[in-house]
Amino acid sequence: MGRVFAVVLTLITLVSVAFFVMHTWWLPPDISTTGPAIDRQLEETLIGTGVLFLAGQLILAFFAWGASDKTPGRKMKMFPGGPTPLVTAAIVVVGIEIFTLTFVGSKAWGAIYLTPADAGALRIDVQAEQFAFYFRYAGPDAKFGAVHPEKIDDGSGNYFGLDPANDVDARDDIVAASLVVPVNRQVALTLHSKDVGHSFYVRELRVQQDFVPGLDIPLHFTATQTGKYEIVCTQLCGLGHYNMKAYLEVMSEEDYEQWLKTQAGQ
Amino acid sequence: MKQKKLLWFLAGSLCIGSGIGAGSPPPAGGGSISGKVTYTGTPPKMKPIDMSKEPSCAKQHTTPVMTENVATGPESALQYVVVYISAGDTTGAAPGEAARYDQKGCQYLPHVLPMQTGQSLQIYNDDQTSHNIHPLAKVNPEWNKSQPAGSPPIDTKYEKPEFIPVKCNIHPWMHGYFAVLSTSHYSVTGEDGSFSLKGLPAGKYTVTAWQEQYGSQTQDVTVGAGDTKINFTFKALPY
Repeated sequence: MGRVFAVVLTLITLVSVAFFVMHTWWLPPDISTTGPAIDRQLEETLIGTGVLFLAGQLILAFFAWGASDKTPGRKMKMFPGGPTPLVTAAIVVVGIEIFTLTFVGSKAWGAIYLTPADAGALRIDVQAEQFAFYFRYAGPDAKFGAVHPEKIDDGSGNYFGLDPANDVDARDDIVAASLVVPVNRQVALTLHSKDVGHSFYVRELRVQQDFVPGLDIPLHFTATQTGKYEIVCTQLCGLGHYNMKAYLEVMSEEDYEQWLKTQAGQ
Repeated sequence: MKQKKLLWFLAGSLCIGSGIGAGSPPPAGGGSISGKVTYTGTPPKMKPIDMSKEPSCAKQHTTPVMTENVATGPESALQYVVVYISAGDTTGAAPGEAARYDQKGCQYLPHVLPMQTGQSLQIYNDDQTSHNIHPLAKVNPEWNKSQPAGSPPIDTKYEKPEFIPVKCNIHPWMHGYFAVLSTSHYSVTGEDGSFSLKGLPAGKYTVTAWQEQYGSQTQDVTVGAGDTKINFTFKALPY
């Protein structure tokens, strides 16, 4: 029985690793300037954890094979000192692994998330709510109108709580349900949530950031390829979570300007 | 249409003026009130609704659906105004047939649904997606119900008069109203802003016109045998 287990375990392990080595289910191509650093980090992490996974499973299979030897009078070898040093050693080894991954991995993350956006970045305000995303552009005056949560009224399309009657800056603000951005220009988002926790995730940008109610969270990226990509909520936010999505449309600078004009006219 | 109404109005005035019918009571339900609701000033621009996150709804609309909080028509007409008898109406029980509310193309149809207290209300989901209807009642009990595609209609009713805003907990742009009224004499203005309250016994009434953004206006009206014309005008602001 031990030998059957060892063979099955080895097979499962090798097949699992093969899927990763062959990139059978892999990330879609990256379209951001910061994506390559994340992809490199992901690869390093996968190689490190993959080697440990392979080694761990094969050693387990090796011992399972050996333990199935039923020769009479054969003495079972034990870990020196019994179970206590065994568990202690395991905790230390796994602890070192996790801390190393966290420390090394956070450098790639920090280089993106802990650096401020460029001064010339295109600023867009994002409102997440059950179960949609809305995006606000400052409009021709390049100024965002102030936000008044008590004025939020989805029925009349006032998703951000603007007060155009009293606030001139708010009158030309453009609010859209799609995130439309020009290619090769840095975009600086400010994330707000109207109700509960949500998350902004675009696979192709390698960007994922939670919305936290009450906080204005900055997030920046530069898209390098035109196209239409899906923005999905990746934080369970209620009944309609599965359906909470929007589209990121990366356009040429001219198309983007044209889109802005059309929006401003509405 | 307008001419025809004018004719009725003239005929009505003639009846009263010439004394025809005096001495013999007017036939029950002979009188009516009609007119038009308009606005002065500049109403806010209605905004197109982007439904791209719900493709099954987006593909049902060839032109974008607009917000409807101040819907207007030609010649300063104001749409979706509920005009009803708010005092003086003694007519009785709720009609037997149900008021029907549809969720279609991620929109509430009609935008404003009038009904009588105690009248059966049936809510249909005609879409290929889930809806979660949430009428924000304050006087009546508040509830919200999830209604996946293909579900049977929700059958309910309201016992107290109230204007109830309705929203969908899944599609934030969806917005409508239930106008629960204690009278059976009501009308919701169409694109031409016109309304008509028929079958009114002669007598004194108070007529109220309600618009979701601009609130209520009332007028006292004495109804005779014919049609009585009244108009309402709301002041619109651009923001």
